[in-house]
Amino acid sequence: MIGRLLKRLSIAEVLLALSVLVLVVVVAVPVFLIFWTALFVDGSMNIDDIVKILSEPDTYEALKNSIVIAAGVTVCSTILGVFFAWLVSRTDLPFKNTMKLLFLVPFMLPSFIGALAWKMLLSPYSGYINKFLMNTFDLADPPFDIFTLWGIIAVETMYLFPFVFIQVSGALERMDPTLEESARISGAGLLTITRRITLPLMLPSIGAGALLVALYSLAHFGVPAILGNEVGIYIIPTKIYEKLHQSAGSFTAIRTGTILASILVISAGLILWAQSAILKSGRFQVIAGKSMRPMLLKLRGLKYPLLLVSVIYLAVTVLLPTATIFLVGGLKTYGLELTMENMTLDNLKYILFEWQMTKDSIWNSFYLSLAAAFVTMLVGTLISYVIVKMKIRGKFILEFLGVLPFSVPGTVIALGVILTWSGKFGINIYNTAWIIFVAYIARYMAFSLKSNSAALEQVHDSLEEAARACGATHWQALKDIVIPLIKPGMVAAFFLIFLPALRELTTSVLLYGPTTRTIGVAIYTLNEDGETVYAATLASVALVIIVIGHFLIKRVTRTSNEGV
Amino acid sequence: MADIRLLNVTKSYGKHRVVEGFTIEIRDGECFTFLGPSGCGKTVVLRMIAGFEQPDEGEIFIGERLVSAPARRHYIPPEERRIGVVFQDYAVWPHKTVLENVIYPLTIQKVAKEEASERALKTIAMVNLGGLEHRMPFQLSGGQQQRVALARALVSRPDVMLLDEPLSNLDANLREEMRFEIKELQKNTGVTILYVTHDQEVALAISDRVAVMGTDGRICQIGTPDEIYEQPIDPFVFRFMGVSNFLPLEEREGRLFVRESAAALDHPIPAGREEAVRKGRLVAGCRPFDIKLMPPGRGTQGVVQRSSYLGPIIDYAVTVGGTELRVQQSIAEALAGGGPLPEGSTVGLHFPDLKWFEQEGELTQAGGAA
Ligand SMILES: Nc1ncnc2c1ncn2[C@@H]1O[C@H](COP(=O)(O)OP(=O)(O)OP(=O)(O)O)[C@@H](O)[C@H]1O
Ligand SMILES: [Mg+2]
Repeated sequence: MIGRLLKRLSIAEVLLALSVLVLVVVVAVPVFLIFWTALFVDGSMNIDDIVKILSEPDTYEALKNSIVIAAGVTVCSTILGVFFAWLVSRTDLPFKNTMKLLFLVPFMLPSFIGALAWKMLLSPYSGYINKFLMNTFDLADPPFDIFTLWGIIAVETMYLFPFVFIQVSGALERMDPTLEESARISGAGLLTITRRITLPLMLPSIGAGALLVALYSLAHFGVPAILGNEVGIYIIPTKIYEKLHQSAGSFTAIRTGTILASILVISAGLILWAQSAILKSGRFQVIAGKSMRPMLLKLRGLKYPLLLVSVIYLAVTVLLPTATIFLVGGLKTYGLELTMENMTLDNLKYILFEWQMTKDSIWNSFYLSLAAAFVTMLVGTLISYVIVKMKIRGKFILEFLGVLPFSVPGTVIALGVILTWSGKFGINIYNTAWIIFVAYIARYMAFSLKSNSAALEQVHDSLEEAARACGATHWQALKDIVIPLIKPGMVAAFFLIFLPALRELTTSVLLYGPTTRTIGVAIYTLNEDGETVYAATLASVALVIIVIGHFLIKRVTRTSNEGV
Repeated sequence: MADIRLLNVTKSYGKHRVVEGFTIEIRDGECFTFLGPSGCGKTVVLRMIAGFEQPDEGEIFIGERLVSAPARRHYIPPEERRIGVVFQDYAVWPHKTVLENVIYPLTIQKVAKEEASERALKTIAMVNLGGLEHRMPFQLSGGQQQRVALARALVSRPDVMLLDEPLSNLDANLREEMRFEIKELQKNTGVTILYVTHDQEVALAISDRVAVMGTDGRICQIGTPDEIYEQPIDPFVFRFMGVSNFLPLEEREGRLFVRESAAALDHPIPAGREEAVRKGRLVAGCRPFDIKLMPPGRGTQGVVQRSSYLGPIIDYAVTVGGTELRVQQSIAEALAGGGPLPEGSTVGLHFPDLKWFEQEGELTQAGGAA
C-alpha cells in the first residue's frame, strides 16, 4: 500500500513532504505553541494580560537587564574584535599568524565554564584574586565584584568577541587593496585612508559581527545564570528558567515564560533580518579575487608593547580561567590555598567512577550529542537538498521554515518543546532523554542547514543531471554522485553539532529530569548547590574532552577533504 | 537510432517566454545544430529534450516515443530517454577516475563487468584518451575532460546525443580537432546529434542541417550549411553567419543607387525584388571578401577611410555614399593591384556576390562574429 503510494508520488514530492514534516514538528509547532500560549487564554486573545505581565517589576527588570547586557557586550566585543582583527591583518605585529589562531581559542572555552572560573577568582569575599589583593594591600573591602551587570558584560565579552574578530579579519584579508592603493596614490596618509576608506568598507562586516554578538548575548543563559542568579540579576532566558523551576509548571509561570520567549524570537528575527540586509549591502564592495598584499602599518616602537598586550589579554581571558578550573577541581575543599599540598586526584576519581550523577551526565551528553548530531546532519542534508537543488512547487514553504531554526534561541526551543511534548498531542516525553534529543535537533538544525547547503551549492546541477542522462534514477544519482561530493560538508555538519552539543547548557537546563542531566547541567547544578570543587572537576573533564574533540575534527575534516 | 520531434513547444519562466510554438524535426542519424545568439533559448530547448525541464505546452517525441506532453501529464524522466548529454561545463564527476566516469552508464544498466570495462576502454580509446583511464579529473586539461564527457555520453550507445556548446572552452586548435572527432564519431555510430552553439564556424563545419534561432527564441531559418550561408533569408541570419556589410539602396531612373547619395551600383534590379524596391526598402548584403577593389572611375565610387594589416589580409573601411563598408583583400591581390591603398584615396568597388533583402527596421553595419 505504502509502496504503491510511493510509486505514485515523485521522489521530489516525497522529499519535500518529509522535509516540511520534520521542520514543522521539530521547530514550527513549538514556536507556534509559544506564540499561541503567549497571546491566547482560553481561546481568546488577551493583550491586557501581556501588558500586565510585562510591567511586573521582575519581568520588566529582566527585559531591561537583557538590553543593557546585550548592548554592553556588543559594544565591548566590537571594539576588541575590530582592534585585534586590525592588529593581526593590517600591521606588522610579530607572530601574526600564531596570534590569529590564538584569538580564536576563546571560542573553544565554554562561556559558562569561564563564568565559573571568574566567579572563583572575583567573587567578593571568597574569590582568590580579591582575597589576595585584600591580604596584600590590607583592604577592608574586596576591590572587585563579579556579581554585577558589569561582571556579566565583561565575562561574556571575553568569549564572544571572536565573532567580530572572525568577520572583520576575514573581510580585511579579502578587501581589494587597490581601493586603498588608489587613495594612497592620490596622496592620502595611512590614517586618513584607514578612516575614510578602510573603515567604511569594513562597516558591513563589523555590523554583521556585532549583530551576531547581540543575538548570542540576548539568548545566552550560562554566564548571567552563574553570575547573576545568586544576587537577583536576571535576563530573559534566566528569568524563564527561574519561573519554570520555582512554580513547577504552573500556568501563569509558563505563560510569563512564553511571553518572554516570544520577545526573544521577535528580537532574534529582527537582528537576523538586519544582519542579512547589512551583508547584502556590503557584499560587492570588498571582495577581490586576487590575493595581493595590503599595505601594513609599521608599528615601530609599539610593535612589542602591542604584542605584549595581546598576549596578556589572552593569558588573562583564557589561561587564567582554565588554570583556575583545573586547580580548583583538584582541591581537597573549596577555599583552601592553591598549593600542591591541598591537591588531590580523589575528586576526579569520584566523579568519573563513583558518583552516579556525574557518571550519568557524561554518558548522557555523549550519546545525546552523538545521536542528535547524526540525525540532524542527515535531516539537514535532506532539507538543504530540497531547498538548494529541487525545482518543485511549494518549495517556498520549506524555504520559509528553513529560516526558522536560525532565529530560535535555545531557551525558546526548550520551552516550545515542553509545550509540545508534555502530552498535549498524546506523547509525553517530559523528563526523558528524548525531549532533550528533540530539542537538540531543533537547536542545531541551523548549523546543519548552513554547512550542508554550502556544500550542495558547490555541486553544480549538471553533475547530477549528467548521472540522470546516463540512465541513473534520482535515487541512484543522489547515492552515487551527490552524497559522495557533499560528504565533507556532512562531516563538518556532524562535528559542528557534536562538539557544541557536548557542552550544551541553555536548553538542557530547562529539560533535564532526575536521570537525564548533561555535562553542562551537572556542572551548573553542582555550582548552584555549592559543590564548587566538583563543579570545577567536572568542568576540567569537559575541557579535556572539548580539546580532544577539536583536534579530532581538524584531523577528520582534513582527511575527508583530501579524499575528494 | 531515433529522430527528435518538437511540436508547438512553449516554455516560460515567470513572465519571460523563452520559446513559443517551437516546432522542429531532427532526422534520424543527422547532425543538427541550433545556432543562435546568447540567451536565445538553445539550452532551454535542449534541456526540454533531455527531460531536465518540462515544457509548458506542446509535445516532444524521441523516435516513436512521446517523452513530454504536459497537456496529458505525460513525462518520461531523463534516465529513461536513452540519450547522451554533454554539458557546456563538462560535468565530469570530480570524485571518479576517467574510467569510473565512463563506465558509470554501463554499471547503471547492469552490463556484465567484463563487457562493461571492455566497452568503456574502447570508448576511451575512441576519444583519444587511451592511457589516462586512471587519472582523476583534476589531473586533466579542459579538452581532455571534454572528451571524458563525450565518451561517457557515447558509451551506452544512446539513440540521441545532445551537445551543449561542448567546444566553447577549448583553444582554436583543439576545437578544430574535436570538431572532426565528433563528426567522425557520428559517421561511425550513426547516432543522431543535436548540437547547440553560437559559433557559426563550428555549426557550418559539423552540421548536416542548421536551425538559426533569433533573439526571441524564434527559428529564423532551417537548412543545410550551404543554404544558410549562401541563401540567408533575412539580414539577421546573414549577419549571424559572419562579418557583414549592408547597403541600403533605392531606384532612380531604372538604376540602383546607394540610398540618398550619388553612388550608383552597376547592377540590374534583382528579379523578384520589385516590391522591396518600390517601397524603398531594398538592401544588399555582402561579405568583406566579396567586394572587389578596382581603380577609381570603374564600378561604384568609394573613399578609403582606414586600412590595416590582419596577417595575410588587408582590412579596409571604405565609405560609399555615406555608408561604411568593411572590405578585405589578400596581400597578393593588393600587390597585384599596385600595393595597399592609402587612406583617403578614391577607389572603385565591384560587388560580384550580393544577397538581396527587404529591410525591416534599422540595420546595423558590420555585425556578426568578426
Ligand atoms: N531556470 C531559468 N529561470 C529563469 N530564466 C531562465 C532559466 N533558464 C533560462 N532562462 C532564460 O531563458 C533564456 C534562454 O536561456 P538559454 O540558457 O536557453 O540561452 P542560450 O541560448 O543557451 O544562451 P547561451 O548561448 O548564452 O548559452 C534566457 O533569457 C534566460 O535568462
Ligand atoms: Mg546555453
